[in-house]
Amino acid sequence: MAHSHEDAHHGEQGHVVPVSTFFKVLVALLILTVATVAVAQVDLGKWNIVGALVVASIKATLVVLVFMHGKYENRILWTYIVIPFVLLAIMIGGVFTDDPFRDRLKPVQVEQKK
Amino acid sequence: MSAHTHAAHANEEVNYLNWKTGLWSWLSSTDHKRICFLYLFAIMIFFVAGGIAALLMRLELSTAGPTIPGIVKDPHTYNVLFTMHGVFMIFLFVVPGIPATLGNFLIPLMIGAKDVAFPRLNLFSFYLYVLGAACGAVAMLNPVDTGWTFYAPYSTTTDTSVSLMVFAAFILGFSSILTGLNFIVTIHQLRAPGMTWMRLPVFIWASYATAVIQTVATPVVGMTLLLVIAERMFGAGIFDPSKGGDPVLMEHLFWFYSHPVVYIMVLPAFGVVGEIIPVFSRKPLFGYKMVVLSSMAIAAVGFIVWAHHMFVAGISDFSAKFFSIVTFLVAVPTAIKVFNWVSTMYKGSISFKTPMLYAMAFVFLFMVAGTTGIYLAMLGVDVYYHDTYFVVAHFHYTIQGGAVIGLIAALHFWFPKMSGKMYNERVARIAFAMLFLGFNLTFIPQFILGMDGMPRRYYDYPPQYQTLHTLSTVGAFLNGFGYIFSLLNLLGTALFGKVKAPRNPYNSKSLEWQTASPPIHENFETTPIVNEEPYNYGTHAHA
Amino acid sequence: MSSNAATLDHNVAPGEPPHIHHMDSQTAYGAAKLGMWLFLATEVLLFAVLFCSFAIMRYYHLEEFHEGSHHLNVWWGGLNTIILLCSSYWAAVAVTKAQQGDNPGVVRNFGYSFVCGAGFLVIKSIEYTGKYHHGMFPFGATENFYEFKNFLGLYYCMTGLHALHVIIGMVVMFIYGIKPALRNRYSAKYYTPVELSALYWHLVDLIWIYLFPLLYLVG
Repeated sequence: MAHSHEDAHHGEQGHVVPVSTFFKVLVALLILTVATVAVAQVDLGKWNIVGALVVASIKATLVVLVFMHGKYENRILWTYIVIPFVLLAIMIGGVFTDDPFRDRLKPVQVEQKK
Repeated sequence: MSAHTHAAHANEEVNYLNWKTGLWSWLSSTDHKRICFLYLFAIMIFFVAGGIAALLMRLELSTAGPTIPGIVKDPHTYNVLFTMHGVFMIFLFVVPGIPATLGNFLIPLMIGAKDVAFPRLNLFSFYLYVLGAACGAVAMLNPVDTGWTFYAPYSTTTDTSVSLMVFAAFILGFSSILTGLNFIVTIHQLRAPGMTWMRLPVFIWASYATAVIQTVATPVVGMTLLLVIAERMFGAGIFDPSKGGDPVLMEHLFWFYSHPVVYIMVLPAFGVVGEIIPVFSRKPLFGYKMVVLSSMAIAAVGFIVWAHHMFVAGISDFSAKFFSIVTFLVAVPTAIKVFNWVSTMYKGSISFKTPMLYAMAFVFLFMVAGTTGIYLAMLGVDVYYHDTYFVVAHFHYTIQGGAVIGLIAALHFWFPKMSGKMYNERVARIAFAMLFLGFNLTFIPQFILGMDGMPRRYYDYPPQYQTLHTLSTVGAFLNGFGYIFSLLNLLGTALFGKVKAPRNPYNSKSLEWQTASPPIHENFETTPIVNEEPYNYGTHAHA
Repeated sequence: MSSNAATLDHNVAPGEPPHIHHMDSQTAYGAAKLGMWLFLATEVLLFAVLFCSFAIMRYYHLEEFHEGSHHLNVWWGGLNTIILLCSSYWAAVAVTKAQQGDNPGVVRNFGYSFVCGAGFLVIKSIEYTGKYHHGMFPFGATENFYEFKNFLGLYYCMTGLHALHVIIGMVVMFIYGIKPALRNRYSAKYYTPVELSALYWHLVDLIWIYLFPLLYLVG
């Protein structure tokens, strides 16, 4: 059957990543988690969410590249890893061209009944 | 392309249709060719059901005032009918449509493989479809009248079987996702030696683009529908203004899928037309690379235009302007394809066999569809046309004049391959004429009705719209008869026909025509090797 | 023709790839991996709808979301994060063990991941029942109306759907990882189900990596 250039493994099934590499990444992830919680105690106003998402994305990138062997995969796979995040960005972007720019009343809170 | 098959010891009498018999061998088959027929049988049931709903609607609308006593006795029944029509036609007929049938049959054959990448997943996808259809059927016991778009807040508060209906759509969505996933992997991994990406038939490229959209867009609507259920059952409140939610958010999330879904519906038809026109013009497809690129471009740009369905829903001006501009953009790749098809025919040696008639009809009908879409993309115009018959006519030209005509064209073109028989050309042409005339007679009056202000989804109207409505109803019945005749012709020939089909009745170059008609279970006697460009018509001695 | 699932192929020698009639084992491995990544893409898009809803609801109700977030216990959430990160580590190690033909290693490491998953679910139930006792359950009961109802609704949808995926991931690790490894099924030549199970589990971890800061920290 066809082996296109991108997915030929030349006889081996896939890249073997040593356990020590995984352990180093785990430590990094745990440190980053502690860092996220610590930074969240400081109020940065509207940068709170940006900071949280940036750290989360670093952690996610480590998981995808190392734990999930993303580093060793071909371009096709990378495309399909990236596509959902691009679509998420488009989704949020599209919705945010709408709601913040409406010049109507924002949805009103119903008074608490308790 | 030529396939180096050794002197075929293949016993042409044994093929995928007869090598195993009995109902269970069909229902449990993981053979992509048999799964095609399982789907074909199922989707045709819903085509007929959705068609009956449409004809009942058109009957009611043929005269002002109540027309069908006892059946369409009130607006609610009419609303149920157009909901049924939409749900059946979109989720249960056209979306599975060409991919689940012709896609299943042809993709492995065209790339020189023995089956799809995951045959058992393929069969599982079919049974998910059956499960979804069954849920939808049960939901009909308390029929839904929200329209196939299930807009909040009506869908989240009304007391018909909305939850079951949208859950059915969710399951159908999974069937679609898994089929798309299967096809993507198949096309990447199972191409025969020498079948490089740029030697693939355009039907494969179209199917690939479709499969990508199926896989990535469908989960979005799946989750949206689950949120509708959550809102109904648990009072979640994201779409409820009284709880601080936004009903327009539901529309954003819904249309984020439902615009790309129209490309799921029509891209395969583009592929079919791209296969038929070169064969019956005896000329290579003009601009193969641009056709390929435009298929991928349509898939990509199709993801950023969704809010053009929402111009008058209350979105911001900024949003409306943005989506209007990108909607104009998405017309460009399609126009490129039309140029390429027409240029293929130019100075070709054209033969007006039935598949070619349907293909040419497609080009014309889709041009009407596309240009009327431009009208709707214009903000000032859409404010007037939205929710009128103009929109209804537009999308019927795209979906019916496009995707469904594409399916019928494909069924005729590949019929000899799939059944091993040749249908009656004369009957097929008469049926085509009925279909084409009937279709245009149905929907051209509807463009005019829309321009005159007739709203859609209305069960009645003032008398001044009467004439056009009556014309449209006559057209609808002619259209229906056209479908019945063309499909019965094919079904009758498949069951009782006597004229045997040769391997390659049209002298086509693609791989599926280099094997037996019908193919053996394993598709090819020996693995084909590809060594020439696609569509090399007129450049070989045996053109 | 036969196409055997990894766990059903009793007539294949341990360590050998199953016989699939229309693909050689190298193509089958590539196909399986691409198929799983595509499936993971669909899962990300499923959650994307919830993240998008979260984004827009938070935009409209910032104070409410801050308030709601304060009612979540950062320590439970943080502990769950650590649990999932470790479970992800062990799942990755399980793949390396499979690649080295160390079937007991696969059982051990997937076993740790499985236990982590169970621990995650236990903590989640503690959190849920705690909320329930405070009446913070937006489902149905209209007398328990809280200002941060939107936040709670999304909290339950997102963590609930995530918990469902944790359960699925645990089941998959057991059926396609632990059970066959107990029969010494895997080797350097064939470990595809181990890799696929681990990939799915990593996704479960990935989603939580985003859920935790958004729900518990930032609000």
